[in-house]
Amino acid sequence: MIRFEKFTLENGLRVLVHEDNSTPMAVVNVLYDVGAKDENPEKTGFAHLFEHLMFGGSINIPVYDEPLQVAGGENNAYTTNDLTNYYCQLPSENIETAFWLESDRMLSLAFGKKSLEVQRKVVCEEFKEHYINKPYGDVWHKLRTLVYTTHPYKWMTIGASLKHVEDATLADVKAFFKKHYNPSNAILTVAGNVNVAQVKELAEKWFGTIPSGEKYNRNLPVEPKQTAPRTLEVKADVPLDALYKCWHIYPRTDDRYYTADLITDILSGGGSSRLYQSLVKEQQLFSNIECYHMGSTDAGLLVIEGKLVKGIDIKKAEQAINEEIKKIQATGVTITELEKVKNKTESALAFEDMSVMNRASSIAMYELLGDADLMNSELEKYRAVTAENILAETRIIFDENNCSTMYYMSNN
Amino acid sequence: MLNRTIAPAIIDATDFNLKLKPYELFHLDNTVPVYAINGGAQDVLQIEMVFYAGNFFEKNNGVAAVTNYLLKNGTTTKNAFQLNEAFEYYGASCSRACYNETAVLSLHTLSKYADKLLPVMNDMLTNAVFPQEELDIFVQNYKQRLSVNLLKCEFIAGRKIDQLLYGEQHPYARFTNVADLDALDVETIKSFYKEYYLKGSCAIFIAGKLPQNIEQLLNENFGKLQLTKPTFEVKNIITVPAIEKKYRIENDANAVQGAIRIAQPFPNRHHEDFKKTIVLNTVYGGYFGSRLMSNIREEKGYTYGIYSYLQNHLHESAWVISTEAGKDVCDATIEEIYKEMKGMREEIIDDEELSLVRNYMIGGILGDLDGPFHIIAKWKNIILNNLDEKYFYDSVDAIKNTGAEELQALAQKYLQPERFFELIVY
Repeated sequence: MIRFEKFTLENGLRVLVHEDNSTPMAVVNVLYDVGAKDENPEKTGFAHLFEHLMFGGSINIPVYDEPLQVAGGENNAYTTNDLTNYYCQLPSENIETAFWLESDRMLSLAFGKKSLEVQRKVVCEEFKEHYINKPYGDVWHKLRTLVYTTHPYKWMTIGASLKHVEDATLADVKAFFKKHYNPSNAILTVAGNVNVAQVKELAEKWFGTIPSGEKYNRNLPVEPKQTAPRTLEVKADVPLDALYKCWHIYPRTDDRYYTADLITDILSGGGSSRLYQSLVKEQQLFSNIECYHMGSTDAGLLVIEGKLVKGIDIKKAEQAINEEIKKIQATGVTITELEKVKNKTESALAFEDMSVMNRASSIAMYELLGDADLMNSELEKYRAVTAENILAETRIIFDENNCSTMYYMSNN
Repeated sequence: MLNRTIAPAIIDATDFNLKLKPYELFHLDNTVPVYAINGGAQDVLQIEMVFYAGNFFEKNNGVAAVTNYLLKNGTTTKNAFQLNEAFEYYGASCSRACYNETAVLSLHTLSKYADKLLPVMNDMLTNAVFPQEELDIFVQNYKQRLSVNLLKCEFIAGRKIDQLLYGEQHPYARFTNVADLDALDVETIKSFYKEYYLKGSCAIFIAGKLPQNIEQLLNENFGKLQLTKPTFEVKNIITVPAIEKKYRIENDANAVQGAIRIAQPFPNRHHEDFKKTIVLNTVYGGYFGSRLMSNIREEKGYTYGIYSYLQNHLHESAWVISTEAGKDVCDATIEEIYKEMKGMREEIIDDEELSLVRNYMIGGILGDLDGPFHIIAKWKNIILNNLDEKYFYDSVDAIKNTGAEELQALAQKYLQPERFFELIVY
């Protein structure tokens, strides 16, 4: 049970406080309700580029990092298709430094030209490092385009192309800030060696006077139901053939999400899971195989991917995956299997909560989904999933008309 | 009216009194030491069994790693699937890792299941059978992973720089290749298991919410094995660094980036310069505000990131600068790396920067001491390096008190381009 208190400032900023006095540290986490899915399709990669610019100085403070480091703090940030999250950890005595820094960049950035120029280059190098200069680096670029026809999940957080990043202008930066970076689109979480009264006072002092801005009302195009199988074959300079299969699943807040999550664990959550045992160990068709889901806020994907053992025909490998799917659709799961994946979830949740930083970001994440208290009922929801639920969902999800398949073939 | 241009008052992090929570120590009947940190809010537990069974001890490449890996692939009573299931049923994970001196078998579990799982680990450490078929699958899949890794410039660069630093026969630079994999045989693995696991030396590190009877549980499961207490002394081995200093390797004709590694041999943690050099390294390339990052990423945009660090080896270390930079700016990046060395040698670090780095480092240690898992990790590193808590407090003291002149003298001693190997792989 993670305890927290919540209050909302007049400008709409939601503040959540989690006290843990066993640590000397404090965590200040600011989540903005904007991700790559909110981008203009012609200017993708912008939410992430913008995250870089948030470190380029704000209206009253020329640099972000230095004062935080002087106060003994560390920070980082990340952008996903759904959200942008900034966090810092510092000795709790110096927590006001974090309020000062975070509130100033919520108030306004410096919008320096130089910062944009440099960060465009940095992000291009990041793009190259992770998505171009690596074998299989472009897999998700191709898959997203195949799987999503309409919803903005069809591009990656880093952007659909280097060109979009290179073309970003200062005017774009200012407009994006105005639209998304204000108290009504943000969630502030403070955790660690703090108390609620102190956080209230500091939040009022530093964030209370920031104009609330306009609440951004998200109105994203809905992905139409897929009605026929989709396939794509790619050839690339890679040593091994690889197979990817994706099925549409449910939004994060849908109760069926928990069933889908457990299905992925039954299929590939460890050395005793079905796909690993059958396809890697017994039949030796794949050198590795994974089943996972994207964990996205809007309706996401369940994915099976694997690299083939050299010399194995990809059709044969795919057929073997389909056999495993048919098996689970016909006979469902055993009681032992179900108990196993639920125990795994219980354990994973407990380990996740070990660090204050994780607790702070979880609280923010669940608040974004609608209510931070959801995090305390997660385990119950997993425990409530029945073998019948799983059987029924495998029949719905693993429908061939709901499936996209990519053969990523070696040129050699 | 709030004046946002003025920073709130802070307490200098260097004024904090850092304390490393002491471990509890007990010994199993067979003398194996157990270092324990009890605490944390979650009912979870971590057990790490450290064996002196790393690649220092193997005669053929890959034997130590594969023995370690296959511990979990079959015993006289359970096959690989059953072993995995034994842990996974309780939501636990049992993992293996092989390093240079040591090899580790570890367990992460909810504390309430410790009594169910320790007997399974005992089984692995007593009755492992190393089936031929499991070895074959391992070799096949390892080869496949290797074929993918060998396409990555950063992978090639990582291997090559260690070979330049230590020599290709040194355990820190001996890497498993396809021919080594083909040469692996079950008998060699079994005899390695016998020597370094069944009759090996071992230390155990545990942390988290420890069950009341943990001492008894560990003793029942591991106290009767033929294991001995490690000496923590490091086996001596001769280093043969390369003669030639500069290397350019083309690995991928279509590469858009080059992997740059600039490195020199450096003594281990027992050397008097080590702790102070950690401070110097932080200024130079050890954190986001470092000279290298500020110039090469934040000023020039040549890379997504650039860092320098001292390798965490027991026997000897190396000082490494590492980055991936655009192919067309690799040479310019190297030039800037040397320019920043020159700056460190020729100009004294000003008070503002030094004080920032000290505060940042102390704050980092404070954050690193958060929770039992972090604390035991600190201790494990100290103990395996054959050091004691004095090392921790001396390190803190080095951060707080190493002066700018001392740092400049160290820069003049070590940050000389001719001492470094220079490698680009693209």
